[in-house]
Formats: sequence, structure tokens, C-alpha cells
Amino acid sequence: MATVLLIAEHDNAKLKPATLNAMTAAQKLGDADVLVAGQGCAAVAEEASKIAGVKKVLLADDAAYGHFLAENLAALVAKLGANYGYVLAPSTTTGKNMLPRAAALLDMQMLSDVSGIENANTFVRPFYAGNAFATVQSKDKIKVMTIRTTAFDPAAATGGGAAVENVASAGDTGLSGFVSQQLTKSERPELTAARVVVSGGRGMGSGENFKMIDALADKLDAAVGASRAAVDAGFVPNDYQVGQTGKVVAPDLYIAIGISGAIQHLAGMKDSKVIVAINKDPDAPIFQVADYGLVQDLFVALPELTKAV
Amino acid sequence: MKILVPVKRVVDYNVKIRVKSDQSGIELANVKMSMNPFCGIAVEEAVRLKEKGAATEIIAVSIGPQQAQETLRTALAMGADRAILVQTDEAVEPLAVAKMLKAIVDKETPQLVILGKQSIDGDNNQTGQMLAALLGWGQGTFASKVEKDGAGLKITREIDGGLETLDLKLPCVVTTDLRLNEPRYASLPNIMKAKQKPLATMSPADLGVDVTPRVVTLKVSEPPKRKAGIKVKDVTELVDKLKNEAKVI
Ligand SMILES: Cc1cc2nc3c(=O)[nH]c(=O)nc-3n(C[C@H](O)[C@H](O)[C@H](O)COP(=O)(O)OP(=O)(O)OC[C@H]3O[C@@H](n4cnc5c(N)ncnc54)[C@H](O)[C@@H]3O)c2cc1C
Ligand SMILES: Cc1cc2nc3c(=O)[nH]c(=O)nc-3n(C[C@H](O)[C@H](O)[C@H](O)COP(=O)(O)OP(=O)(O)OC[C@H]3O[C@@H](n4cnc5c(N)ncnc54)[C@H](O)[C@@H]3O)c2cc1C
Repeated sequence: MATVLLIAEHDNAKLKPATLNAMTAAQKLGDADVLVAGQGCAAVAEEASKIAGVKKVLLADDAAYGHFLAENLAALVAKLGANYGYVLAPSTTTGKNMLPRAAALLDMQMLSDVSGIENANTFVRPFYAGNAFATVQSKDKIKVMTIRTTAFDPAAATGGGAAVENVASAGDTGLSGFVSQQLTKSERPELTAARVVVSGGRGMGSGENFKMIDALADKLDAAVGASRAAVDAGFVPNDYQVGQTGKVVAPDLYIAIGISGAIQHLAGMKDSKVIVAINKDPDAPIFQVADYGLVQDLFVALPELTKAV
Repeated sequence: MKILVPVKRVVDYNVKIRVKSDQSGIELANVKMSMNPFCGIAVEEAVRLKEKGAATEIIAVSIGPQQAQETLRTALAMGADRAILVQTDEAVEPLAVAKMLKAIVDKETPQLVILGKQSIDGDNNQTGQMLAALLGWGQGTFASKVEKDGAGLKITREIDGGLETLDLKLPCVVTTDLRLNEPRYASLPNIMKAKQKPLATMSPADLGVDVTPRVVTLKVSEPPKRKAGIKVKDVTELVDKLKNEAKVI
């Protein structure tokens, strides 16, 4: 019997890379089983079985999990999780939606966004928008945790050969139903997994002008992000938002263009390896964290940069 | 339909917090406190539902110190009808908060509880989901749109890939995301009126909830400081640095 149950993140067709980062955290705690819950997701279970170090894959293939509704998933996770010492999920919107519900069903105080593992019951997590880190000791029997994926390297996607075991569905609670989805279509790398991220802020002025960001991103094979102000203004969709209350990214290179650098934005990107800021205001706080700052009008600098790389 | 709105008093989002030098926590003395921004969005949504005739009464609840009364008065000034303070000076964990809220829901029987998706101090993003679990209700988290839809609610949610719409049966729990609405500022007359609105005080023991922490904070530390780098004079120098110094492109 493994000690850790890791909940895989996927879209019924493919495993999401966040699962691999969470797997690294799981392996620091002991042997890990991976739960793949979804509908028509046998291929995902197959993929999960190859992750290096996985003990066993539990496959719950049922219509109740087709859209990852929190009510149904949490019931299953609580039922299966009761037999483990740790229940982990990547800190994605799916994990954040489902895992606290499962934790409450298990009567465990969950730890959110764990970024460090000190020992079997002591963990590090950011709070106050990443301006402080708490080292906390959990006294709960089952440690239920979401894992900050940028804090752990991905486990190898291949090399394992775990068995896949079917598990019974915990059924449909009927409390909520899926209506529709509007996913942002993009050929670009996923924001949270990209090696390079180019983000635009209110300084971009319009959604139309974001095409200039796209052009640079295309050349660098980068993902495109944004500040809250750019999302609120409707320049780009909500899933572009980087920050305390959006996505947390830590790419090799983060280029912030027309972004002032509010605490809430920095919370989502200041662990990037190299930060570049382009802003016409020399006093913009973003320059306090930027490795390379360019004080210039972005409408001049951005096309020039796109041409030069 | 009655709506319950839990609101939390937190360090104002404009404050740059400091870790105490003995690493025991965050310096909170003389720091400006405000209503958690996501809770403001929750109150606003409840008030809008009431203005549309979809709700009859709004009850604001806060769990916290005596001063959380101010946060409740803000909610009352925005349009909540009455308030409940569960007074405690302890730092209460989300599961305990959810248990207290459940006890209040059992007493007040609202059809809808609207919470913030996350507090900007604890950054836990747990309470709403936990409350929904304890009540056995459906949950619409990270909502950017809430619509009354027949006997239930239609909720549009902000997810990693974009947006998702769900149908929820009532009663249910909703947690707010940034784009749900822009909270109003309370007008002076409404601030005056709020002083007359009922505010009941109770204790965690009155609700029969054990708030003993399950998680002990051993240490609070500052993140590694990033040192500011250099300013480059033009794009050419920037590209040169990225290629030859940082070697990231
Ligand atoms: C509860 C809460 C949660 C939040 N969560 C987040 C979050 O997750 N992520 C986030 O990003 N924010 C978040 N915010 C918002 C945050 O506080 C800031 O308001 C936001 O980040 C500002 O976005 P910005 O930098 O694009 O806009 P601004 O602060 O307006 O900055 C625009 C910048 O563009 C520059 N500029 C303008 N024109 C040009 C030009 N032509 N050339 C060069 N530079 C130019 C200006 O000098 C300025 O520095 C949150 C706020 C709250 C209250
Ligand atoms: C330095 C420091 C040390 C701490 N140490 C500990 C510790 O050792 N143990 C511990 O348990 N806690 C501790 N805390 C408190 C802890 O960080 C959180 O504040 C607490 O766990 C609540 O989580 P949250 O507000 O992030 O919940 P979230 O789930 O992020 O809150 C979401 C929503 O739930 C509602 N809500 C949450 N709390 C309340 C409330 N009190 N009243 C009304 N509505 C509410 C609001 O609508 C809110 O928007 C500490 C805090 C600090 C500052």
C-alpha cells in the first residue's frame, strides 16, 4: 500500500504537466499511487502508469467525472484518500476547487500551495501574496495538500511501469451539472509550463495591441500572460492573468511589458529566473525585481525587440 | 431567498507587509486593515441579487476580533441587512471557519452563501469549498457571473483554460473571482444607516465548534530577496544581455 495518493490533472485525453511537478513532491513523502478520474480517460491512465516511480494507477472512469465536477470528484477522493497518509493535487483551478472539499469530508485541515517539504509533517507555504513563507507542522492524520507546481521540478514522464487498477465510481451527487466551456485556444505553450513568458499590462492600451506581444511570443516560443488590469480591461481572457489571484509562473525568462509591478502581480512571477521589464516610467516598481530593465515607450521597444530576437 | 455573506478583516491590499524579526509572524501592529477584496465582491453580488428581487435578506458574518465589527459595518453600509460577529482573537483555520459558518447556516437557513474565493492574507482558497462539503451543497467557485436560472443558479467560473458554466441546485455555495463585479463604495447616508442595523455577537463555543488548530506555524520567514538588476540603454543591449549574459534566448 502506497502512502501518497496523487490526483492526476488531465483533460480525459492527456495528462497535464502539473501532475509531474506534484509527483516530485509526492515522492519526497513516500510511494505514490495516482488517481485518474474522468470519462473515457483510459489513455491518461496509460500515460500516468509510465511516470517514473508510480506505484499503481487507480482509474475511475465514469460519466460523473467527465467534467471534473468538484462535488463528485471530492466524494471519490475522500473515499479513496481515507486509506493514505497524504492526498495531493497540483495547485490548479481543478485542484483548488476539489481538494478543500475532499479535505472537509475527511475532516482534515488542508494545506494550500505547498512549496517546500521539510519532513513528514512539516511543510512550507507562501501566504500574503508570497511576501512571507510559513513553515507549518500538520497534526492531522491525513495530510491533504495542493502543490505549488513551480516549486518542484517535473518527474520523468517515462520509465515507470505501474499497473492500472479500475476503481468503482462514488456516483453522481447531482448537486451541480456541466453546461458549457469556453476554452482559450492557443498553439502556444501552456502559461504555467512555458520556458518563456511574455506578459502585457494596462500599458498595452488595447486588445488589438496585444498582437504585438503575440508576435514576440511567437518568435520566442513563449506563452502570453497579462496583468489583472489588462484582463479587467478586456484586452485578453481571464486565463492570462498572472499573480496572487491568477496563475503562478516561474519561467526561465519573464518579459513584463507595460506592467507597473504591483505586489499582486509580482506574487505570480517573481520566482522567474530572469526578469525583463519594459516600461516608460523609470520609477515603476517592476524595475525593483527586473534583472534587465528598459525605460522606453513599449510601442517603440516591442517591435524592435521582436525584430532583433 | 436569504443570502449569507462571510466577510473577513485582513491587512489592506495596498500594505507591503513585514515579517516580524523573531519570525513568529507578520507585523500587524498599526497596519491598515480592510475587508478582504474578494469579500467585498461577495457583498456586492448579494446586494445586486437583492436589488433584482432575487433575494430578500442579506446577513453578513465575520469570524475574528472585536474590530471585525468595522468590516461588518462596511458590509451593512453596502447593503447587508444585519450582521453576526463570531468573536475570537485566535487565528482560526479554514476548516474551523467552515464549521462555524455551517452552524450559522443551520440556524439561519439561507439558500445561498457567497464567499470570497480567497483571503489575501492566508491565501488558502479553502473556506467556501469546505463549507459546501460540510453542508452537502453544490459549489460554484471562482465565479465571474451568477445568474438566477429557474430553481437554481447558473454560474460562470474562471478556470485555468478559460471559462466554464455550471448549473447549481439551490441551496448552494458560491465563491467570487475578480471579474464578478466592481463593489460599490458605501455612501455617507448608508454608512450612517448601517450604524443602526442589528449586529449580534457570539463566540465559537456558542456554535459548539472546536477551533483547536490542526496546523502549527513554526516559523514565518521572508522570501529570498531579488536584487534589482541593471537598466539597459536600448533594445540592442537588452538582446545582447539576454543572449550572452543570461543565455536565455
Ligand atoms: C484582491 C486583488 C487581487 C489582485 N490580483 C492580481 C493578480 O493576480 N495579478 C495582477 O497582475 N494584479 C492583481 N491585482 C491588481 C494589482 O493591484 C494591479 O492593479 C495590477 O497588477 C496593475 O496592472 P498593470 O501593471 O498592467 O497596470 P498599471 O499599474 O496601470 O501599470 C501600467 C504600466 O504601464 C506603463 N506604461 C503605460 N504606457 C506605456 C508605454 N506606452 N510604454 C511603456 N510603458 C507604458 C506605465 O508606466 C505603468 O507602469 C489584484 C488586486 C487586488 C485588489
Ligand atoms: C502570521 C500568521 C500566522 C498564522 N498562523 C496560523 C496558525 O498557526 N494556524 C491557523 O490556523 N491559522 C493561522 N493563521 C491564520 C491563517 O493564515 C488564515 O487566516 C486562516 O487559516 C483563514 O484562511 P483564509 O482566510 O486564507 O481562508 P480562505 O479560504 O482563503 O478564505 C476564503 C473566504 O472565506 C471567508 N472567510 C475566511 N475566513 C473568514 C472569517 N474569519 N470570517 C468570515 N469569513 C471568512 C471569506 O469570505 C473569505 O473570502 C495565521 C495568520 C497569520 C497572519
